[in-house]
Amino acid sequence: MSLVVNSTNKKNMAAKNQVSKKAEKRILMCGNEALAEAAIIAGCDAYFGYPITPQNEVTAYMSRRMPEEGRVFVQSESELAAINMVFGASATGKRAMTSSSSPGVSLMQEGISYLAGAELPSVIVNVMRGGPGLGNIAPSQGDYFQATRGGGHGDYRTIVLGPSSVQELVDCMQLAFDLADEYQIPVIVLADGILGQMMEPVILNKKPSRKLPPKDWALTGAQGRQQNIVRSLWLKEGSLEQHNYKLRDRYEQIQKNEVLSEQYEVEDADIVVVAYGIAARIVRGAVTKAREEGIKVGWIRPITLWPFPTEQISKAADEFRIFLTIELSMGQMIDDVKLAVSGKSPVVFYGRAGGGVPAVDEVLDKIRQLTIK
Amino acid sequence: MKTVFKRTPTLKDCPTHYCPGCGHGIAHRLIAEVIDELDIRGRTIGIAPVGCAVLEYDYIDVDMIEVAHGRAPAVATGMKRTNPDKIIFSYQGDGDLASIGAGEILHAGHRGEQITVIFINNAVYGMTGGQMAPTTMINQVTGRSAAAQGYPLQVSELLVTLPGTIYVERCALSSSTAVRNAKKAIKHAFELQLDGAEGMSLVEVLSPCPTYWRMSPADAMEWIEKEMTKVFPLGRLKG
Repeated sequence: MSLVVNSTNKKNMAAKNQVSKKAEKRILMCGNEALAEAAIIAGCDAYFGYPITPQNEVTAYMSRRMPEEGRVFVQSESELAAINMVFGASATGKRAMTSSSSPGVSLMQEGISYLAGAELPSVIVNVMRGGPGLGNIAPSQGDYFQATRGGGHGDYRTIVLGPSSVQELVDCMQLAFDLADEYQIPVIVLADGILGQMMEPVILNKKPSRKLPPKDWALTGAQGRQQNIVRSLWLKEGSLEQHNYKLRDRYEQIQKNEVLSEQYEVEDADIVVVAYGIAARIVRGAVTKAREEGIKVGWIRPITLWPFPTEQISKAADEFRIFLTIELSMGQMIDDVKLAVSGKSPVVFYGRAGGGVPAVDEVLDKIRQLTIK
Repeated sequence: MKTVFKRTPTLKDCPTHYCPGCGHGIAHRLIAEVIDELDIRGRTIGIAPVGCAVLEYDYIDVDMIEVAHGRAPAVATGMKRTNPDKIIFSYQGDGDLASIGAGEILHAGHRGEQITVIFINNAVYGMTGGQMAPTTMINQVTGRSAAAQGYPLQVSELLVTLPGTIYVERCALSSSTAVRNAKKAIKHAFELQLDGAEGMSLVEVLSPCPTYWRMSPADAMEWIEKEMTKVFPLGRLKG
């Protein structure tokens, strides 16, 4: 279920699709630049952003590459403006994105709520840093609640992707644009300061796109047709509730069709470690070491944070196992793990926040502690 | 019998929700007439504000979007940059443009976005019941505030200072002559965008709000001419 680039299709895809200059090669890139190039390959027509650390490489890269491609780059006056520029471009049927880091994404929440209400496809990358407030510029996973609970007002959901490598961050970009277009929904790519800054080898290529619905709702000028209206205001009695039901039905489809997760040696495990994003990379090392020590431990890694892999975790909890949730926060995703486990097994937590990153041995220690009974 | 006046096709044939004596209906008609005269209905996208004119798309028959309070110039930027062949106009009130959206209008002007802004200034918040706005005049009576806070903000004069604005004109809806002038200004602002002129154009329209000025419609028109124009003088400020 992991997002692996299908390299056998590479040549066909290159012929079929306009690929960016950097495609097809295995190259070393930092996450921020790689996600930017991946967005270009995915057909991003317009990028709007405001400087904030630790994602400045995205804006810098886009300011150079988008004009090279004849596409749109605007450095906005604020994150508020950036998300509303996305709103405008998306309403005309273009593929539009923005990127930011935690405090900037807080400012975008108004716009995200409007995007959700107006059913506009859009991609928002959050390269998370420590909080609350101005926090610091170190990596964090402290925005899980904001991303998965809808940091803005009203009854809405966004799809949230939590990649754990630079390659997966790359692969998430096209997936994000496709999901956004298919479900007319904002998609958040939830990365963190480590993923944004670290360099890993990546293959950048265009993958076959999903079959996507026509954007007949887009504002293109009412030439020879009735006017199109993009709105989030529903004043007539009962009309908003109807709209809410329509959104709910779509969210249920997403929950049914789009859950992505990965798991490792869960079948015989007494302990299951649940982690996403960069924390999952640390967990992977710790679990391998623990297995070498004879501890029966496995891991589950949610890739989509919403829709959350509730069923997968619930199934694993049908037998008694201890679930250990590891996060770069004081405990946020653990709420979803607990909901999934639903009291069938104990769920414990270990996390570091404010820029603290647990070492492999630190996680290994926590696993060992759970075996002392 | 000879028809001397008729509804322009882009203005929908329906009653509006506006109060008696409100200026929005006139302003909507002028925009619709300009769109038809320039024959640009098929390439125009309009942006409705938050405020009394939020349902503008119910009256003007072009592709339209309704956006968050004050953010129209940012939305317009996203539209125009990705669709340079389209004609993008925003329609904003003074609470929307001069208060919560002061940053967005300033920076759209700063960047010289090729958009047309119709700025309806009635010196008050209408939809929420008549609170003071940044454009509220000293000693002005409003529905829900005792007195103005600070001094009336002259947005047009402010925007004139930006190299990115190419045309700024203030007009009024207070008499038939004034309405004709307002239409000329709105048309010129659209024409500039149509010609690909590089920069933002803005037409400020002094518009009556008899309900929250606590006046009769006739007195409201008079008040625009006698009082508002003292603080907000009419005429072409730039371009």
